[in-house]
Amino acid sequence: MLKNSSTSYGWISIVIHWVMALAIFFLFGLGLYMVELSYYDAWYKGSLELHKSLGLLLLLFLIIRIGWRFSNITPAELPGPRWEQLSAQLMHLGLYAIMLMLLLSGYLISTADGRAIAVFELVNVPALPWSFDNQEDISGEIHEILAWLLMAMAAVHALAATKHQFINKDKGLKRMLKSD
Amino acid sequence: MKNLLLAGALTAATLVSTTSNAADYKIDVEGAHAFINFKIKHLGYSWLNGRFNTFDGTFSYDANKPDASQVEVLIQTNSLDSNHAERDKHLKGKDFLNVSKFPTAKFTSTRYDVKDANNGVLTGTLELHGVTKTISFPIEKIGEGDDPWGGYRAGFSGTTALTLADYGITYNLGPQSTQVELELYIEGIRQ
Repeated sequence: MLKNSSTSYGWISIVIHWVMALAIFFLFGLGLYMVELSYYDAWYKGSLELHKSLGLLLLLFLIIRIGWRFSNITPAELPGPRWEQLSAQLMHLGLYAIMLMLLLSGYLISTADGRAIAVFELVNVPALPWSFDNQEDISGEIHEILAWLLMAMAAVHALAATKHQFINKDKGLKRMLKSD
Repeated sequence: MKNLLLAGALTAATLVSTTSNAADYKIDVEGAHAFINFKIKHLGYSWLNGRFNTFDGTFSYDANKPDASQVEVLIQTNSLDSNHAERDKHLKGKDFLNVSKFPTAKFTSTRYDVKDANNGVLTGTLELHGVTKTISFPIEKIGEGDDPWGGYRAGFSGTTALTLADYGITYNLGPQSTQVELELYIEGIRQ
């Protein structure tokens, strides 16, 4: 099934979930790596170009994903105490919010001087018509903090899914791997 | 009689202003008639230019007593602008100016050695990136006189080269890019 049902995620949700997960972990590693490169490293410029291009593609994915989430049903909650269900909902909401802010803060760094971001040298994403003082510095700090926060949240999210799969045995992980 | 009095008063005022020892100027940052620019070689192939947008300062100068000249300039380091946000972020970060730790740079003159009517060598202390060093560099007076709006102005320029490592900035930009040239264009309004 492509669409979600009341018991299972559809393939569209599953593919978007894992593509984004892979891209986010890759971007996190790339981000940590590229800021340590020296000026004379051959990848000094290319790593940043790749980071920005992938980041903006990810933003596109996130927008599609949020649209899909609201135009589609979500499978029923996994059985468990109410507080666990609530925290799961809160975590999912938080992941969306942090991903969005993380991506936007990155965009605000590179566009702080009005420059567009060239996505793989194919599409230019323009800067906003306004900016604020020290935008690149403030956005940069936020970007770094949110990146670490997202990693921590993703870890908790993955642990929770694993716990559902192997301790509660309610297919918590499997339902995001295969559609019914 | 009234005219005579007025003329007398004007003459007196002129006398007072020409014989006055106090010639204190405030740098015209309001009207942005002062610039603190820097340039550094890019890979040894070209010059990269940038500037500090926010600074303030005062100087005193009297053409009759140039030896007594003095200047003080305070630069807000986070106002660095090289017309590229990603580069500015890098230059303001820990690899270079570390502006969150060292938000200001300060130059305070200690002496001025006159060479001729419009030239001299300015010596003073520069505090940059938490390091204070004494530097000397040539200064040229561009001109001074009344402005069209009722004020009196004087302007100077000066250039000096700083070795970045002297100020604890050791990020490797290549062998041709170890020094930065500072260009100062200062216009002051007499107070």
